[in-house]
Amino acid sequence: MGVERTLGNNVITTSLDAVVNWARSRSLWPMTFGLACCAIEMMATGAARFDLDRFGVLFRASPRQADLIVIAGTVTKKMLPVIKVVYEQMPEPKYVIAMGACACSGGIFDTYSTVQGIDEALPVDVYIPGCPPRPEGLLFGLMKLQDKIKAERNSFGAAIGVGERISEI
Amino acid sequence: MSEHAVVGKLKGKFSSSVLEVKEFRGETTITVKKEDIVAICSYLKKDLGYNFLCDVCGVDYLGQSPRFMVVYNIYSIGTKDRIRVKVPVEESDAVVDTVSCVWSTANWLERETWDMMGISFKGHPDLRRILMPADWEGHPQRKDYPLQGPGREPYQGRLS
Repeated sequence: MGVERTLGNNVITTSLDAVVNWARSRSLWPMTFGLACCAIEMMATGAARFDLDRFGVLFRASPRQADLIVIAGTVTKKMLPVIKVVYEQMPEPKYVIAMGACACSGGIFDTYSTVQGIDEALPVDVYIPGCPPRPEGLLFGLMKLQDKIKAERNSFGAAIGVGERISEI
Repeated sequence: MSEHAVVGKLKGKFSSSVLEVKEFRGETTITVKKEDIVAICSYLKKDLGYNFLCDVCGVDYLGQSPRFMVVYNIYSIGTKDRIRVKVPVEESDAVVDTVSCVWSTANWLERETWDMMGISFKGHPDLRRILMPADWEGHPQRKDYPLQGPGREPYQGRLS
């Protein structure tokens, strides 16, 4: 795998990594890509009953200020270049959640115009099945992503420029 | 059932163009020749007051002699009256005059018909694809176009 330059594996660096991971996972700012019906469920999750703000989640309109993109809805082939441009504009570290059956695998639309899963173009971290997934499902997926971020190694090193962020799961 | 008033007026003015009139449960459909569609639509809008074009769509009768049919659904806002005008279009000569000079909404509706069915419109100001990506080949809503798209396996039914 090449030389992994890390700061070392002692208690100080792992504690620093833990602090950085904790901060990142507790303040995920999504760039909403609400395309279809799953966007309504995402709005419902952000509304009063299943609050997203208590997770530190603030929806940002600009990809430059976001670190998570939630692909909520059916992705058509005409929309795919737009999604790629928006994803490339997000700064590292960035994560992708594929919400709903259409974003995970094309859903029931096995047709000429639907991309069969956004993982054809973007590296997805968490898949949330459902049509649409209930708000509790989206919250579960979000918490799974938080666990994934908490399990990263060398995040402090990557933040100061020494080595790469290592994400195992 | 008495004939719709518009049918009488159209038959009076364009007697050679009206091919068929059908009436079903209160809905009147008039089939006309495609050469006179602009004159007929202009007469419907200006003289008879049908000022709202609801939809322009194409129908594919694969296997029949005029393969396509372009259907214009028109509504009169003042008298709340609907009417449907159809033009048969041959596959070898799939060109119809545009009605975007009569109703401007026909601009996008005819773009959709071109994109999905491949029926082009002569005189259209901006005839390009509207629903599919700009470099797509083929017209997806034709009956001989595969549902999964070109280059993919057809649907095999429930696999489990």
